[in-house]
Amino acid sequence: MVTIAPAAPVQAGAAAPGNTGRQSRIKRNLSGYAFLIGAIACFALFMWYPMIRGFVMSFQRTRRGETTWVGWDNYIRILDDPSFWIAWKNTFYFTGLALVVGFVVPFFVALLLNEFRHAKGYLRVLVYLPVMLPPASALYLFKYYAYDPSEAGLFNAVLKSLNLPTSEWMQSPAMTIPAMVLASTWMNMGGAVLIYLASLQNIPGELYEAAELDGAGLWKRIWHVTIPQTRLILALLAMMQIVATMQLFVEPLILANGAGTQDSATSVAYLIYQHGFFQNDLNGAAALGVIMLGVLAVFSGFYLRLTTRNES
Amino acid sequence: MYRKVAALSLVAGLGLSLTACSTKSDDSGTTADGKVTITVDCQPNAAQKELLDNWNADVTEFQKQNPDITIKSISVGQQCNNPPDFTARLAGGTTADVFYGYMTDLQQVLDSGQALDVTPYANKDNVPTWDSIDPALTSVFTDAGKIYAVPVKNYSMGLVYNKTLFAKAGLDANNPPKTWAEVRDAAKKIAATGDGVSGYSEYSAGNTGGWHFTSLLYSQGGTILSEDGKKAAFNGPEGKQVLQNLKDMRYGDNSMGARQLLQWGDLLTNAAAGKVGMFVGAPDTTQAIVSQFQGKYEDWAMAPLPGQDGPAKGTLGGGEGYFFKKDLTPEQVKAGLKWIAYQKLTPGKGQFDYARAKPQNYPVGLPQPLLFANGSEAQKQELELRKANANIDTANFQLFEATPVPIKGEPRDAQAIYAVLDSAMSGVLTDPKANVDTLLKTAEDKVNQLLAAGS
Repeated sequence: MVTIAPAAPVQAGAAAPGNTGRQSRIKRNLSGYAFLIGAIACFALFMWYPMIRGFVMSFQRTRRGETTWVGWDNYIRILDDPSFWIAWKNTFYFTGLALVVGFVVPFFVALLLNEFRHAKGYLRVLVYLPVMLPPASALYLFKYYAYDPSEAGLFNAVLKSLNLPTSEWMQSPAMTIPAMVLASTWMNMGGAVLIYLASLQNIPGELYEAAELDGAGLWKRIWHVTIPQTRLILALLAMMQIVATMQLFVEPLILANGAGTQDSATSVAYLIYQHGFFQNDLNGAAALGVIMLGVLAVFSGFYLRLTTRNES
Repeated sequence: MYRKVAALSLVAGLGLSLTACSTKSDDSGTTADGKVTITVDCQPNAAQKELLDNWNADVTEFQKQNPDITIKSISVGQQCNNPPDFTARLAGGTTADVFYGYMTDLQQVLDSGQALDVTPYANKDNVPTWDSIDPALTSVFTDAGKIYAVPVKNYSMGLVYNKTLFAKAGLDANNPPKTWAEVRDAAKKIAATGDGVSGYSEYSAGNTGGWHFTSLLYSQGGTILSEDGKKAAFNGPEGKQVLQNLKDMRYGDNSMGARQLLQWGDLLTNAAAGKVGMFVGAPDTTQAIVSQFQGKYEDWAMAPLPGQDGPAKGTLGGGEGYFFKKDLTPEQVKAGLKWIAYQKLTPGKGQFDYARAKPQNYPVGLPQPLLFANGSEAQKQELELRKANANIDTANFQLFEATPVPIKGEPRDAQAIYAVLDSAMSGVLTDPKANVDTLLKTAEDKVNQLLAAGS
């Protein structure tokens, strides 16, 4: 969101009504507007225009170089795609599981780090390191070393040494989504941990002291002090996490080589990619993109309303 | 004051740069003195040093012979074997004047409105070997009687096998499997040598599983679609046999390795590391194994695709060509055709300059690119040059070349269908309880749905 600094208060006696006032206001803020142009141009060119273009394309069909308006045809065709509901099911499953694991784990890691008296800086760097690794590199590490389905795979070797049953990981339809969530959480939790940590450090120590005097144990302190005090951050990160995980793409593309075993990794974003880049169907891809945008917009609106109401 | 100047400079700079971006070139590619310039893509990148040097030498020589033509070469990394990159360029209208595409790309190129009908120019005047080109290949790039691209490569699939692993397993490398039962038997013996070797390896992801299912189905005598192209036709005894064979090898014999969901680079990486006994592929997969994945030519040989009880009833063919961008002037089209003719279709020049390639790390002697019709003059010249300059043991490909299998093309909507069939392939290769009938029925329903929706 772009914000503009409020104009300086008009000096007494210098107020000029009508055009003159507006002109002087514009003149005063000229440099502000000038600096805004770059950001607005970038957003317009790379965000808003493609969105509008995608929306328009979703009602068109291009064949033999001719573009025609086809109404809801692309949407109907996309709804008829046999992978459509599979992709949504997988995407919701990933989002739900990522919310449970990817949202809760960073919070507790942050709580843990916050308790350390020494080596805080080092531990923070350690937790943040995977974020610095390019996602493709991190996922290839998981694919070839951790999730190798043979007994030579890192995770299988560990499981075997503990006398536990090994897994086929990405080759098992049942394990595909949990394995993607695990890799995704490892890759992305560093950022969330740092934000939680910053938020935790803003909680006044007296609140904990008071809770302790009232006989609150660890869980009660977390439940009655920490969570209420970090509620805003938790709500914001939960929404960002859901919006980001719904756009699941790079994990199936790299870990599952696309659709995975029997479509177990096909996500909505991957289906968009298939239609747009492999099936000569950019219009169908645009329609699916608009459906996804609609779902996310409705969710975000609903969520913001809910959290705002709770706040008030 | 300083802030205002800075702001105004910023606005002016931004305005100028945006203006620069939106400046449209009205370059027709022809200058007043009659010189023609064309851009051509798929110049090898810097990592392929010898190929790049060859390309640049070809450009220099061609321009010397045609002083009125300037070739501007474009290299964009993976553009020539990365469909998403190709699609993006096509949709964005940023292809080169003369641009590379697969044989299955014709419909996409036509739909994008970027294709130019080159029928009036595709003749002996511009391409001296035009009459020698296999008519089946030009027909692939023809739509409603109009030619839109010139073929520059053609291949068909066979059984590629590792002679070293054959010897290690006690198999006769000069007598490779001719049926799928023999493949199964050989795979078992090769896998038994241990060290993580797969006797037979197969794709099942990234649409390559469906691509290979098609080839395996053709070997059984099946087809992907009905004759009118409106219904799926692979859910029959032939399709079931394809999946059953794979399931038997994967779980019955455990001869296909634990790691599945392979696509092109995965399988060839394993092959180059000496971990794959056999796989289905075109002759130039051996080139990729050597030049991209550090394998050795002497390990590899090729046989015709096996059939179920005898010779294969068919094999999948494919290839590549160069399209011409719409709005090119007739002079540019002629210049482009002359360049393609020189670099891709003249025995002794460009891709057929076998004398130049012989000492390099690229194979001479592969039964490819199969561009010229049987008995044509160009084919005779090409074969003589190939034989005289071979730098690989051509005996390794003798069986494949001497036992031709009927070649069938890819189905319409190939990529969408391959994506569906990936699921059936991954099913039998990753699930010991997979039901072949259910997998094929599900795939059939999905493909029929796709076809009905006109995707």
